[in-house]
This record gives sequence, structure tokens and C-alpha cells, in this order.
Amino acid sequence: MTELVTMQGIEKFFPGVHALRSVSFDLVGGEVHALMGENGAGKSTLMKVMSGIYQPDGGTVAIAGQKVTINGPRAAQDLGIGIIHQELALMNDLTVAQNIFIGREPRLRFGRLDEAALNAQVEAIFATMHVKIDPRAEVRSLSVAKQQMVEIAKALSFKSRILIMDEPTAALNDVETNELFTIIRQLRAEGVGVVYISHKMDEIKRISDRVTVMRDGAYVGTVAAADTPISTIISMMVGRELEAVHVDIPDLSAAPMALEVKGLTRGRLVRDVSFSLKQGEILGFAGLMGAGRTEVARAIFGADARESGEIIVHGKPVQIASPKDAVAAGIGYLSEDRKHFGLALGLDLRDNIAMASLPRFGNKMGVIDDAALGKVADEYIQTLAIRTPSARQEVRLLSGGNQQKVVIAKWLLRDCDILIFDEPTRGIDVGAKAEIYRLLQSLAASGKAVIVISAELPEVLRLSHRIAVMCEGRLTGILPGGPATSQEDIMRLATLRADEPQGALA
Amino acid sequence: MTTAPTAPKINKASGAQQKLLAFASLIVLLLFFSVAAPNFMQTSNIIAILQATSVNGVLAIAATLVIITGGIDLSVGTLMTFCAVIAGVVLTYLGMPLPFGILAAIAAGAGCGLISGTLVAKMKIPPFIATLGMMLILKGLSLVISGTKPIYFNDTPNFYEISTGSLIGDIIPAVPIPNGVLILFIVALTIGYVLNRTVLGRYCFALGSNEEAVRLSGVNADGWKMAIYALAGGICGIAGLIIASRLNSAQPALGLGYELDAIAAVVIGGTSLAGGRGSVLGTIIGALIMSVLLNGLRVMSVAQEWQTVVTGSIIIIAVYADMMRRRKMT
Repeated sequence: MTELVTMQGIEKFFPGVHALRSVSFDLVGGEVHALMGENGAGKSTLMKVMSGIYQPDGGTVAIAGQKVTINGPRAAQDLGIGIIHQELALMNDLTVAQNIFIGREPRLRFGRLDEAALNAQVEAIFATMHVKIDPRAEVRSLSVAKQQMVEIAKALSFKSRILIMDEPTAALNDVETNELFTIIRQLRAEGVGVVYISHKMDEIKRISDRVTVMRDGAYVGTVAAADTPISTIISMMVGRELEAVHVDIPDLSAAPMALEVKGLTRGRLVRDVSFSLKQGEILGFAGLMGAGRTEVARAIFGADARESGEIIVHGKPVQIASPKDAVAAGIGYLSEDRKHFGLALGLDLRDNIAMASLPRFGNKMGVIDDAALGKVADEYIQTLAIRTPSARQEVRLLSGGNQQKVVIAKWLLRDCDILIFDEPTRGIDVGAKAEIYRLLQSLAASGKAVIVISAELPEVLRLSHRIAVMCEGRLTGILPGGPATSQEDIMRLATLRADEPQGALA
Repeated sequence: MTTAPTAPKINKASGAQQKLLAFASLIVLLLFFSVAAPNFMQTSNIIAILQATSVNGVLAIAATLVIITGGIDLSVGTLMTFCAVIAGVVLTYLGMPLPFGILAAIAAGAGCGLISGTLVAKMKIPPFIATLGMMLILKGLSLVISGTKPIYFNDTPNFYEISTGSLIGDIIPAVPIPNGVLILFIVALTIGYVLNRTVLGRYCFALGSNEEAVRLSGVNADGWKMAIYALAGGICGIAGLIIASRLNSAQPALGLGYELDAIAAVVIGGTSLAGGRGSVLGTIIGALIMSVLLNGLRVMSVAQEWQTVVTGSIIIIAVYADMMRRRKMT
């Protein structure tokens, strides 16, 4: 076993975030080393350090025992490190061969390209991989799986001894995943070291030799994949922080139904999702990245077209084809990216709060009654405790937490009584988080039906009266809120993949 | 992995379809005008159309390079004028021989292109803004340098030959194709080759397709982008020489508006403003469609006021056709 990479005490800071805390990691030749952790645990950041995209703020990286500084993607390539990014970094308009040799094209004199040599070299690489892809095909025309193979071929073309794969199967179906695994095993047999980042427990068991777990930017431990039960790995991932979560779960047995969703389907992203929500209830949506939580919300809200599924609001079926229909039915969606979709940053609080309800403040000629509008805005500033000098303050000058409150005010003014919050505390500091939590709870207490989508399990546990867990577009279970449910329970459902290889049909 | 994918055939076909569509529209236009206006197909008129295409065609080729990278160059028109003025300064004011004037114009163009490229690649100013700024700066500089008066090339005897002489006509008198048109075709062939067969061309498409991926591949993306803008600038210098030669003078007030005609030709020719796709051949067809339209309407005695209405409509139709094609692909 040859030592390929040894990383020790790696530190990385981003503005306001300590992303890596003295992390250690090592990789030897001929192994598949899985790197696991929850969303935001620091896996991708660590790999970006290894591949020269980020510079560490502390610690050492050694390649084959030699201490090195990797100051860019080029330097990483020269050291034999190849990375396959989570979002494929391919140029869709170029051919397969042109992509693989970008930056290193075989040249004739005067900067002319030797296309024949290029295609021949790529054909040779594919031959060693036992993959049949036409080097002349445009990348755009390939399936995601084939594009993945192109990325691998690109990494191999650098004579990479170290191959980093960041969630390579995220967009693959089961047949394609098997093909990928065949290639990974073949590479391992040839002595290549593979770092494999994935959320999928069963894959980790199938393909990896060792598993390293990270949590909150720190190294937790490394175990042998073969003889470590999945439950152990999960508890390493979520930690043992047993902070007493106290959730006041109201008795909603008599409460009227606010929203029912039946058989919601949108391709592979949302598969046959059904659930219901009562007035006064907070339903949490948990799941790993790409589980389809946001997609469910967008489909309900009419932002994406759904293929099938029934939506019933207050007992009446409604036709929702666009966000306009959803708002008319009283559904408000607070997107995860407030700045892009939720707010007009250059406008003041007053105009943002009134954005969805402006006609109500206009007379017959469309002239806006600014006095009435200002009064309403001031009321919301009071009730939601928005910290701002006045209603005329531009929204971009507010803190993240207060911006979130402005979006909430907008939907409340529009009489939305079903509110879907997508990552309500993303980018909001800890103090403001607690305030948003209290606000969500009081919204529910006042009879609103609330859905909270969050990647942070503690947040879901703290807020939810019930917890819906998703995995790969399916709703894998609904758990009760409060102390009855642990993070481990949620993770189990969040990694519960369907048994049959349904991907092959897609 | 099983057999080679079948999908690319469909895409290639649809790419060719777009070019075919533009080419077919050109043929239809030619047929229409030759029937509707008997004078249209006369050799002298055809030569006039080609002559009218030469300046816009060369500028459009420059714009094509930048647009394929996913950028835009609004300064091509006033840069052309600026280069013409520089040629005037070197030839008429300084009285230097013709080759120096030609070199100075092209070098001035490349230099200004390099500045635009630096603004875009290094200082990360959006191409629209950077080249809008350059457009105005160059318009002003042309007026300042020339003292707002045209510079005539009466002291450089062979200057008008650059555009209006005919090397081909000297050899084959039956085909008196003006040199300006010859230059257009030489530029087109050269840049077509550069785009498809050289490293620089490859990075044009790569940058427009996924700039981040180019960067992550360890390529000096900024440097190549600057080189592409400089090349486009140099081509604008050539356009400056053609137009100065045709007018036998550098007209400092000219130039504004040419950039829009150039971009229109690029777009009609099927090059995507989103970057990553495009061809010189398409651009040439686009430029020809525009001049055939203008000429044909004039020959048919359609009021001049209507001509831009037609051009505008053609642009919208062409872009809409391109978008429908893209929607089908994804």
C-alpha cells in the first residue's frame, strides 16, 4: 500500500465561518476512501483544498510523503490529482475529446490543433476504461452518466493517481451507477486511490474500503467500511449532542385540514408524494441534498409544472398551474434564496411588504394610497419586530433575519394562511435564528399552516410538530415531532433508498 | 457502456438546420428580388451588394469572436472609425508610406481590443458596460485627434485601391470583384480557420460554453479572453481601412450604429448571444441577408424609412427561431 495523500491539521476560514477545523485525511493507493458527513460538514471544502481550488489557512498536505503547496488546479493536475466536481465542469458545446484535453490540446505548428491526434488519444483512454463513447460527440448530447465518464476520462488523462469524486451518482440511475462502480473497481485494482463523497449509505457499503466522517468542519473518525454497521456511521455523522429539544406540540385533532397533497409527481425529482397539513401545524421537511424537498414546495406553489397530483386547500381541490394560482389559494412560498426570488432589494420595506397586494391599496385610477400602505407596513414592523429606522428603509440595508421578516410580512398581508418556508434561517446569524423560530411558532399558534424545509436536522427537530422525511424524490416516512424522534431516526429514513432499480426505467 | 450514442446526430442536424435556414432565407430573398426587380440581378448591382457587405461583414466577424466567448463588443463601430483616423494621422499628417498606415490602423485596433479585454477579463467589468465605455471613449478620441474634420488621403495615391481597386478584375476582367470584398473573404476564411482549427478558437467556444470549467481545467482563461478581444480589435482595424479607402477619407463622426448592424448580422447568422455556439459562415450569410434586403428594397423603390423596420423584424424572427431550436434541444 503506497501512501498517496496525507493531510494534517487543515484549517480553512471563510468570512464568518470556520469551515475546516484541524482536519486530517489520508489516502493510499488501491483504495476507495469514502468521505461522509451531513450537508455543510466540510467534505467538499476539504476536497477543494486537496485539488488546489482553495488554499488552506493552516496545516500540511503531503503527496507521496513530500510536503507540497498546491496553488491551483494546474498544480493539482501535475501532482496527479484529478477531481470530478459535483456539478459537472464540462463545456457542453465542445466535443468529448475537446473537453478532455482542454488546455493540453495536441498542437501542430503555429497554434493549430491536431484534431486527429486528439481523438485518437481519447479513444485510447476510453479503451482502457472499457467504455464506448464517441470522442467526436458533443458533450451536450450525452446522458449525465456518460458525461460523468467523460469527467473520469479527463481525470485519467492526467495520469491521475488520486481521483476525487464528489457525489458522482447524484444524477445517475442504478444501471448507470453499476457501470460507474465497475470503472471505480477497475481503477482501484490498478492502484489508483479514490476519494468518494456520497450521502448514499448502501453505495458506501458496496464500493468503499474505509470511511472517514466529518461533522461541522471537524474530523470525527475513520473506520473500515466492511465491519462498521451503518448505524454507527450515522451516529458519527449526527453526533451525540443530546440537547434537550422541547417542542410544544399542540393538540390538533380538532383542527381543520389546511392542505392535502395527493400523489404529487414530477419526473424523478418528486415521486408520488402525499401528505396533509392542519391549521396551526408546523410540518418539517427533512432530507439530504437533492432529496426533492424544494422541488415538492415548488410543485405545490406552481413554480414548476407537475405531471400529476392533487392539491386540496381547506377541503376544496384547487387548480394550481402558476404561482399566481397558488397565491390566490392562500399559499405563500418563501424561497431559500430570498435575495433572488423573495425581495426587491433596492425598494423600501413598505413597497416590499405591499408587493403582492398592491392593487388593494390603489383607487380606481390605480393611484396608490401611500398613507394607508405606510400604516400597514408600520403595523407589521411592530408585530414582527422588524428592526429598521423606518418603513422607507431600503431592504438591502437590513440584516438577513430582518429581510426574512419582510418576506413573511408580504405573505401575511396577502392573506396567505399556508406558508412554505424553504431554509428560513439560511445566512442568518444565531441570535436572529431564535427569533425566526419564535415567529414561526407564533404564526402556527395563530392558526397558520406552516411547512418548514431545512437541511439542518436540529432546526427541523426544534420546530416541527411532525417531520416528513424525503429521499430521492420519495416521501420515505412521516415521524412525530418532539423527543420521540432522534436525528438517527431521520437519517435512517433520509437514506432509505427504494429496493427495486426503478432508475433503469426512467 | 453499450453502443455509441445516437443523440449527437440529432443535435448536429439541428445545428446544420439553423445554418441551412439562414442560407435558404438568403436564396429565397435573392429569388424574390430577382423576380420583383428586374435590375436586381445585374452584375453591377450584385457587386454593389457585396461592396456594401464588406465593412459590415468584417465588423461582424470581429463581433462573432467576442460573442462566441459569451461576451459582446459594442465598440466595433467607433473602433473602426478610430483606426481609420489613426491611418489618416500616419499617412496624411505624418506623411509616412502606405504600409505604415495599414500597420498602425491594425495595431491601434488590436491595442484597443486588448484594453477592452483587460477590462472584461481582469477587472471583471461586464462586457456590455466595458465596451459601451470604450465605444464612447473612441468616438470622442476620433473627434479630438482629427479636430472633428475629415482627414483626406489625397497624398497617398494608392489608398483608394484598398477597397475599390480589383485585383481579381485585373486578372479576370469579367469578374471585377472589388478588393474590399476580397479582403472580407480572406478575413472570413482566416478567422473561420482560427475558430475551428486553432487553440485560440477552441478557447473561444470553451469560454462561452462554461468559463468556470475552463478555469478549473488549469487554463489561463483571462489571458485567452484578452487575446480574443485583441484579435477582434485588430479586425476592426481592417474594417477601418476598408471604409476609409472607400470614402478616400477618415470621417471621424462616422461609426456609431455600425456595432448594431454587426451584432444583427451575427445574430441572424445563428450565433448565440449566450455564447458557445456560432460560425463565421453564419455571420457572413447574416451580413449578406442584411445587405440583400436593403439593396433589394431600394431597387424596388421601397421608401427608405421602411428599410430598418424590415431589418428589425428579421432580427427578432431570427432570434426567435434560434430560441425555439434551443428549447427543442434541452
